[in-house]
Amino acid sequence: MSGFMGHEPDGKPGQPKTVKEWVFTLDHKVIGVWYLIGAIASFIVAGLAASAMRIELGSVGPDITDNGDIYNLWLTMHGAVMILGFQIPALLGFVANWAVPIMVGGKDMAFPRVNAMSVWLLWSGILLALMNLVIPDSYNGMWTGYPPYSLTDAVGNTALYSSVVIILGMSSVFGAVNLACTVAFMRCKGMGWFQMPLTVWCVFTANVIQLIFVPVLAASVLLLSLDKYLGFGFYNPEVGGDVLLYQNLFWFYSHPAVYVILLPFMGILFEIFATSARNDVFNYKATVWSVIAFIPVSSDVWVHHAYVAGLPDWLRLLQTFTTLLISLPFGLLMLSLTGTMYRGAIRYTGPMWWAVAAFFMLIIGALTGIPNALSAVDYGISDSYVIMSHFHYVMAVSGGMAIFAGVFYWFPKLTGRMCNEMMTKLTAAGFFIGMNLVMGPLYFAGIEGMPRRYMDYQMFADNATITSAHHWSTIGLYITFVSALLMIVVWLHGAIAGEKATSANPWGSQSLEFTATAIIPGQGNFPTPVSVPEGWHPYNYIDNPAPVFEPHPGHTGGHH
Amino acid sequence: MKFKSLMHKVMGAMLALPLIPSLAHAFQAAPAHRADYNGWTPHEHYDAVWHETMLDITVLGVVFAIVTFAFMIMYRRHGHGERGKLPHLSGQAKIGWVVIPCMLFLGDDLFLYVKGFDLHNHFRNVPADATEVKLTGSMWNWNYVDVNGIDSDNELVVKQGSPVVLRMVSDDVLHSHYMNRYRVTEDLMPGRITWQWFMPDQLGESVVTCREYCGTMHSGMYGKINVLSAEDYDAYVAEQTASVPAVTGVASAATAADKI
Repeated sequence: MSGFMGHEPDGKPGQPKTVKEWVFTLDHKVIGVWYLIGAIASFIVAGLAASAMRIELGSVGPDITDNGDIYNLWLTMHGAVMILGFQIPALLGFVANWAVPIMVGGKDMAFPRVNAMSVWLLWSGILLALMNLVIPDSYNGMWTGYPPYSLTDAVGNTALYSSVVIILGMSSVFGAVNLACTVAFMRCKGMGWFQMPLTVWCVFTANVIQLIFVPVLAASVLLLSLDKYLGFGFYNPEVGGDVLLYQNLFWFYSHPAVYVILLPFMGILFEIFATSARNDVFNYKATVWSVIAFIPVSSDVWVHHAYVAGLPDWLRLLQTFTTLLISLPFGLLMLSLTGTMYRGAIRYTGPMWWAVAAFFMLIIGALTGIPNALSAVDYGISDSYVIMSHFHYVMAVSGGMAIFAGVFYWFPKLTGRMCNEMMTKLTAAGFFIGMNLVMGPLYFAGIEGMPRRYMDYQMFADNATITSAHHWSTIGLYITFVSALLMIVVWLHGAIAGEKATSANPWGSQSLEFTATAIIPGQGNFPTPVSVPEGWHPYNYIDNPAPVFEPHPGHTGGHH
Repeated sequence: MKFKSLMHKVMGAMLALPLIPSLAHAFQAAPAHRADYNGWTPHEHYDAVWHETMLDITVLGVVFAIVTFAFMIMYRRHGHGERGKLPHLSGQAKIGWVVIPCMLFLGDDLFLYVKGFDLHNHFRNVPADATEVKLTGSMWNWNYVDVNGIDSDNELVVKQGSPVVLRMVSDDVLHSHYMNRYRVTEDLMPGRITWQWFMPDQLGESVVTCREYCGTMHSGMYGKINVLSAEDYDAYVAEQTASVPAVTGVASAATAADKI
């Protein structure tokens, strides 16, 4: 195995040269870039769907469509593509693939061919999902696919929905096994578990959560197809099935999936905060244990999605408590992020602007989650714009902004060029202001009773709070839209004509991907196998010993 | 040595302190029995808990944001070579920075939990004198049949001050009955009966919407609750039942024990 197919180090820094090398690559970094391209493409598709809906909701009555099916198709595509096509692939695809193996000093992922298969599955899933826009019986059952609606003909092609979920799920599981093995077995000589950057810990933990819960999701949608096409009755009450079974199975994956998104994006924030402040992460070991604590705690929060679905009362009360417990590890992570700034020496680079903006959005998003967790309070806000605003703050906005922060942060390592700093900051500010204007007023519309997934609100036409909230929210959309468009222009400009990076470590990080690689790392990542000396730590900015390059190329490394 | 070990115990015990006042306050604020309600209705109770919850999260958020913002300003990098100087934490400090914040978060969680517990009981215990209405949801219509046999679509007329319990089922897919003024949501399912109750205390109309996605016309599935005074209500019933055959026992006045 050699040349473009191999993951053997060739010692040459830089990117693949030919189309063949790009397409049939086994290099984890190129695969990471493929994930990123898929994620950005998904972001654009789902963002356009969101914009169409937002404009439609700009005023009472039809604005650009009066067809409920078209609106519901946008809604379904927006939810499914943002989560399954953008957020998870950007974090567990791009960050996990591109950054994590280098951060642990490995020369590639543990199973490069499985890695290539994962990204091919992702692309197949995305293309299959896009078919929904052109087939005659397009699926409009929302990304949740609740029966019995999803068992009816009105919903469209349920098989397409199940297939997309199962294919993307397979991609996730292959990726998760690969990444877990990479972190466990491909760490460079000298790197112990508690010397790993927090991004690595967060991605690792998120993948463990994926491994536990994705199969449950796959099973739940598989049973849905069996019900609809073969007449089984798992969820069909007419033949003794139970619609609540689906909700339990579905959310048993899909609420932990929130932490699958949350953890890696907090990892990115830790990386950027520590680097920009040149400061140790506050209480590093406790932070790592908090990250690990998400595995058991995230497994017992799913029931709050069904508080008003006819569950027994004792279960609502019990799960209220277990749901609230997530605030403990989460609170500790927030404390560590703020603590990382304490007595730091903060430099406000472009990525740091994005990270700080994401952090403030996260405060709002996390705290507005508390009312949802309380079953009795949820009776008044369930499936309203309060919920919609909350999860957009926490997942879509802070998650998305952290992902973009990560792209700007690793951009010089991807392309060898820098993005325009001023434009980076400007887009961060535009996105921050725009998204607050989109989601902030909608929170108050939710308090007034605005339900989710309504294409119109003539029943609230005389409610000034709701109508003006929609008005301001749509204005916010235009600001966000321009900022997002500008951000993509900044990336394209940076990649093609940006100023060339003069240093392999432009931000002054202590992590291996910046300190031990070429400006653009080549195949095998490091010129010769790397190891870290005793006392090395990714967040030691004061007296960190430099990584050591082993003299014998071909030595496979190992871990202690 | 002895003194130090005693100090550790005292310090350890103090960690649980935030839990005590929060629980004590919450239980004190929660009357054990509220059977006659005395005009204190679930949606007013809801608003009180909602405002407390909002105050709680606002204070937390503002404190957190101010501290972070202060750090952002105070610890800007001045010179090129400047490094962060986070103090080295002792073993005890490391544990303390986990246990004390966790106790504070848990204290706040428990405080809100107990508030919510009380409110939950208020929402889920139907008064003995509640009038029952049978509600059937279907794409895309709310059908109400009340004790007088009055069958109406998308509009429920009720008497002021008389609690109403809805016994609900769906004909086709999931729907979710949300009464804007009464702050209560509950799903309707085929094959299962669910319920919710409310206290219509103010005259006039309020909005009902569907909160579970139910297909093409989901956003067109809405209705209203119309609250009439006792005299107006009696007149309404007389007018409606004059043209309606005798009650066929579709729904009957139910006691609390009869609820599902």
